[in-house]
Amino acid sequence: MIVQKHTIIEIPVTELLKKTEEYHAKGHRLVQIGCTPLGDRYEINYTFTTSYDFESLRLTVHDDDIIPSISDTYWGAFIYENELHDLFGFTVTGMNVDFKGHLFETSVPTPFKNMPSVTIVPKGGDKK
Amino acid sequence: MSNRIVVPFGPQHPVLPEPIHLDLVLEDERVVEAIPTIGYIHRGLEKLVEKRDFKDYVLIAERICGICSFTHSVTYCNAIEQIMGIEVPPRAQFIRTIWMEYSRMHSHLLWLGLTADAMGFENLFMNAWRLREEILDDMEATTGGRVIQGSSKVGGIRLDIPDEKLGEMVDHLKAIRPRLEESNRIFTHDQTVRHRMRGLGVLTKEEAWDLGAVGPVARGSGCDMDVRSSGYSAYGELGFKPITLPHGDCLDRCLVRSQEVLAAVDLVERAVAKMPDGPIEEKVKGNPDGECFAFTEQPRGECMHYVKANGTKNLVRHRVRTPTLTNIPPLVKMLAGIELADVPVVVLTIDPCIGCAER
Repeated sequence: MIVQKHTIIEIPVTELLKKTEEYHAKGHRLVQIGCTPLGDRYEINYTFTTSYDFESLRLTVHDDDIIPSISDTYWGAFIYENELHDLFGFTVTGMNVDFKGHLFETSVPTPFKNMPSVTIVPKGGDKK
Repeated sequence: MSNRIVVPFGPQHPVLPEPIHLDLVLEDERVVEAIPTIGYIHRGLEKLVEKRDFKDYVLIAERICGICSFTHSVTYCNAIEQIMGIEVPPRAQFIRTIWMEYSRMHSHLLWLGLTADAMGFENLFMNAWRLREEILDDMEATTGGRVIQGSSKVGGIRLDIPDEKLGEMVDHLKAIRPRLEESNRIFTHDQTVRHRMRGLGVLTKEEAWDLGAVGPVARGSGCDMDVRSSGYSAYGELGFKPITLPHGDCLDRCLVRSQEVLAAVDLVERAVAKMPDGPIEEKVKGNPDGECFAFTEQPRGECMHYVKANGTKNLVRHRVRTPTLTNIPPLVKMLAGIELADVPVVVLTIDPCIGCAER
């Protein structure tokens, strides 16, 4: 079995732009930006490569976090960043092309967003 | 001084096989800006992993696209197999490779026909689709399906191809090879084709790399980029070499595909010659726990399936990044500066599959 090498590096949101510029300066191309909802948080992977060994920067974020756009460095990132906005409900600041929620037209708004946690209150209120 | 107007292009248009909308900002007849919109056929297939058994989901992964279908199912299986440490038997890897190359042939021939049709070259269109039918006949004979095969499974494949049938497939490919070469010769040398596509929609090598272009779009701009070079499935044993061309225009994107049809014939012949004996599947025990990014080269370019699992039969996340999605930013660059009448041909040269892109 050929195993494609993939390195994941966890970083805080504040380092995203700096790290992305470093990848760009080293000649990496942007492969994708993808998000995974995990109940109480999200993981966002920014994947880069120069050949067939891949590296991903991983952010762990929450519902109301604001994510800076990397489209100043990687022009084509707007397609993934609009996807983050439309399917997951994130605010991405500084996108070079902002579809304002109209890249993906879905019948349910932000369908991949984490479900809100619900506390079932017994009939008659929560008093014992 | 010229006035700017906005012309809506698509989502329904005679040259578009699938719906994409472009707002074309024009100065006279020249495009100064193109703003794409997708979202007409988002199906939310990735969400279904939360409700389907990971083994059954192979059939849904295959339905992400009606052309690259088999490669989608193999990419998904590769991700699960890597997480679970499943060693797929060599015979299954070789047969997967054969079917992936058949998919490439029928996808490229479909595209070559559509492009000929968009240029008004009806004879070439019918010739390409006639050849495609012959490729599909062998797909149907070996899997039971023309475009949706359902033949890949986690751990291997569902159906073997008998050695006698493999020999017949090679004989058939040898028989149609002269017609494929003739088709390639027309696309390469015919004055109508060259006049329509040479120098049009140019994407330089640097732009292609920087904008994230993949597949024939990148290789037509001189980028030596093809995931098959990494050697997944049986490609590592077949002496695979990517086809690249230098001009970055519509004609080179077209010729990369045309030449890849012949290269796919070679790969199938080599795979049959080296076909190992043995089982076609490995038993799958338990549930996956972990994550994997799997990459393959679909006919349209590099495809990624990301799978995250937590040890249950339902996956946490399945994320697909298809070649069309990442080829949209390069398309926007290609469209700037061309004439309105050239827009359909340039849009076609990224081989847009919007069903794939939106999942």
